Amino acid sequence: MHLPDFDFYAPESVAEACELMTRYQDEARVINGGTDILPRMKNQVMAPAILVSIKRLPGMKRIEYIPGKGIVIGAGVTLNEIALSEVIESKYHSICHAAAHMAANQIRNIGTLGGNIVASIPSADMPPILIALGATAKIAGPTGERVMPLEDVFTGPGKTVLAKNEILTEVFVPDGKMTGSAYHKFALRRAGALAVVGVAVAVEIEKGVIKDARVVLGAVAPVPLRAVKVDAFLKGKPATDEVFAEAGEIAYDECRPITDFRASAEYRRELVKVYTKRCLKKVVTDGHKAVVGG
Amino acid sequence: MSSNYITDSHGIRRYLVTINVNGIDYTRVIKANVLLANFLREELDLTGTKKGCEIGDCGSCTVLLNDKPVNSCLVLALECDGMSVTTVEGLATTSSLDIIQEKFLEFGAIQCGYCSAGMIMSAKALLMKNPKPTEEEVRKGISGNLCRCTGYINIIKAILSASGQEVPN
Repeated sequence: MHLPDFDFYAPESVAEACELMTRYQDEARVINGGTDILPRMKNQVMAPAILVSIKRLPGMKRIEYIPGKGIVIGAGVTLNEIALSEVIESKYHSICHAAAHMAANQIRNIGTLGGNIVASIPSADMPPILIALGATAKIAGPTGERVMPLEDVFTGPGKTVLAKNEILTEVFVPDGKMTGSAYHKFALRRAGALAVVGVAVAVEIEKGVIKDARVVLGAVAPVPLRAVKVDAFLKGKPATDEVFAEAGEIAYDECRPITDFRASAEYRRELVKVYTKRCLKKVVTDGHKAVVGG
Repeated sequence: MSSNYITDSHGIRRYLVTINVNGIDYTRVIKANVLLANFLREELDLTGTKKGCEIGDCGSCTVLLNDKPVNSCLVLALECDGMSVTTVEGLATTSSLDIIQEKFLEFGAIQCGYCSAGMIMSAKALLMKNPKPTEEEVRKGISGNLCRCTGYINIIKAILSASGQEVPN
């Protein structure tokens, strides 16, 4: 199989990249790792005349903890670089866990964080845990940069707020008060499979009381879904199994799954209920090192 | 990554790349749409690397790119400019096979053989990082490679044996 012809640009500055995207508009597509766009081009879902690689833009490969602020992760960081990052592991095993359980080793060595976000696949594994931890996205365009909560980037399957000539350059995970976090995914195989359901939770627990909680559900809505009713329910409650079981019931009602060839909507709801409960139980004892499932 | 190109008489850009494959620098002028798998097979006649699904699901095109396993069907060759690639042809010397290849033969880990090149490259990547893997780690290490014949058991045994561990045959 061969790809159709295209011209290839690898700009070294954001300004140059934005200028190319402004000039060529719908003719051009951004390529980062390429694990999403190249199969689409092979399947003739799209045939851009121009690919603009953003790999050489400054800071794309950055993983850095800024003391007292948070972790910066460049959009060009590969999934394996996240999975194996000591900087990220030392703060949030949950983020490394989500990256390590995506796709297969060969894909994780090529595919990037930025691609996993801007492809806006409802079952993507990185967005739920990053949103749960309050991450923001930095988006560069011809007139400058804007920063927004990561959850606001997604507008529908395959759709984001990014304009044609804008580029996601980095994700920032702020130091917060959360005391624990976890991501738990169910897929039909343990490797190389999309999430049927992905549940991410982050909680702040003090003296057995839940002070704050952010539960984010993947693959059960057109975009990563903040379970705001679950969050509201949990705040101020004691961190007990009964409370977590009820939180699971609320998540069951709050998610909006569809039936497809991977699973029925009802099955996904059941998974959301059980996985929400399991994640919450685990983060109480294991903090940000919590591992739920395999 | 190559910025050097010429535009041919059809208006198509052709890019100058140098890629080190199995220890040898190859300089070629290629179109942007050439995938690494096709570069290896068509430009260099290194047909040991097999193409299966061509969308990154099966792993049969696995090669090492700067020592990391990747699906060569999902990598643009021009983005490999200045990088090093190891294919299955790079494992054996003229006089002997790699220990992983020896063990694949010994344990009958090859049936139709189509997945073998990719499987062996994933095994190589695993053992380079983790010389004494557990069975679970071997299973994880080859989880990006599909085999439709063997049921994987003999492949796993071969890799464990290649790592110097006792394996009941």
